[in-house]
Amino acid sequence: MTRTRLRPVAGALRAVGYAAGLPALALLAWALATDRSASIYFPPPGTIANAFAATWFGPAFTTDVLPSLGRFAVGVLLSIVIGVVAGTAIGTTRWLRDLLEPLFEFFRAVPPVVLVPVLMLMLGVGDSMRIAVIVSGCVWPVLLNTVEGVRGVDTVLTETSRSYRVRGALSLRYVVLPAASPQIMAGIRLCLSIGLILMVISEMFASSSGLGYRIVYFQRSFMIAQMWSGIVLLGLIGVAVATLYGIAERRVLHWYHGMREVARG
Amino acid sequence: MADTGTLSVRDLGKTYPVGTGEVEAIRSISFDVRAGELVCIVGPSGCGKTTLLKCLSGLLSPTTGSVLLDGQAVLAPPEKMAVVFQEYGRSLYPWLSVRDNVGLPLKARGVPRDEREQAVRAALEEVGLGQALASFPWQLSGGMQQRVAIARAIAYQPEVLVMDEPFAAVDAQTRADLEDLVRRVWQDLGVTVIFVTHDIDESVYLGERVLVLSSSPTVVQEDLAVDLPAARDQISTRALPRFTELRTHVHEQIQHAKRGARTPLPRPTS
Repeated sequence: MTRTRLRPVAGALRAVGYAAGLPALALLAWALATDRSASIYFPPPGTIANAFAATWFGPAFTTDVLPSLGRFAVGVLLSIVIGVVAGTAIGTTRWLRDLLEPLFEFFRAVPPVVLVPVLMLMLGVGDSMRIAVIVSGCVWPVLLNTVEGVRGVDTVLTETSRSYRVRGALSLRYVVLPAASPQIMAGIRLCLSIGLILMVISEMFASSSGLGYRIVYFQRSFMIAQMWSGIVLLGLIGVAVATLYGIAERRVLHWYHGMREVARG
Repeated sequence: MADTGTLSVRDLGKTYPVGTGEVEAIRSISFDVRAGELVCIVGPSGCGKTTLLKCLSGLLSPTTGSVLLDGQAVLAPPEKMAVVFQEYGRSLYPWLSVRDNVGLPLKARGVPRDEREQAVRAALEEVGLGQALASFPWQLSGGMQQRVAIARAIAYQPEVLVMDEPFAAVDAQTRADLEDLVRRVWQDLGVTVIFVTHDIDESVYLGERVLVLSSSPTVVQEDLAVDLPAARDQISTRALPRFTELRTHVHEQIQHAKRGARTPLPRPTS
């Protein structure tokens, strides 16, 4: 009786242990290594933690963190909308696909970072340039995955829809997009990680605010603990974004995971 | 009801382009189905049953000849026809609940919400799945999934119900239950049913008429009336001497067809 009652508690503890165990060990290793070293480039974790609180819970939260997150959110959302809309159109229209596919291969191969100088010339050095940089890199995984997903709808399902005359917007909403959603979600996952990288990089050029700008600023001013605290913050944002993605994916793809679980027995 | 749901197939032929040449899947098929009839189509494997069915349901356009539903040429999937596919696992939408799977074609037709809900419930009751409304298809067994597909066809209120080897992938006991379900639905709704199968016993047990197809390039090898009593029972009907005669005859026809024959063997007398 007590054992069965304790089991969920033990399970939860084990899950926390697994999730936090390695980060705790890494922190310990960092602390031990920096304790003996006199190098100013590798401050001990306590110093970084103090710098973290002092830097990011102050005005920098509104002048740097929020603008960065805003650009990231707008860039990623635009990429998802453009990618899904264009991808659906291209995936369902054969001539459009034949026309555009070689072009896509070219653009996809161009690293988005090299577009920064070009976009700076075109859009100036403001937010629109930075958002454009994010979109230029993030739109591809969503777009190409949507094209593949929309094209790959099961023929039996397509014939079922045709014979029951489920067409147009209804077919898009209830058949085509859900059928493509596992691939679209995989594209969005990639889009998020690329977006975070491009957010930082775009802020390292000709910028006066944002996390990327601030980290480079700290580095140039030899504020090493502050610089490290910015890197820690980026990592934490990455974890938060991945967690939010996980929640959204479980909601959108609950049928897909359920189906695979059943298939596995 | 009695005068709608007649189907005429006129000299239907289908040739597929393959590489540089072409393959003649169906040479020429002609037959008529009266309104409210239950016709089974049986033939050797690879004889173009599925091709024929896709032409019947407007999913594929024939190379020659035509299909007429109530005198109108079938050029696209007609509104008064419902199709049940063999691959239930791939013909139900896994992201929709059982309720929405059955209701989506009605939504496409513009049936108001309340009316839709009623039709969906009634159709699911009819197939014995009244309690599965909120389940997802993949949570159900194969036989239950095929029942959902049948419920979807019932709710659509077709004049013609076309079934493509619907029970090929379920186990024998479930299959027997589903066969009786098809007979019952056919009697309750008074619809025309075209039932494609490769199972000879099934074709004789279910049908009022059996069309035996030849091997490819396909023609109708024989059009056989099934003179068994209307009330059929898995045990007693299958034990009738007449049932055995008919199934043996169809079996011989198919063996005959496999050897490349295009003409029927003499019929058994009743």
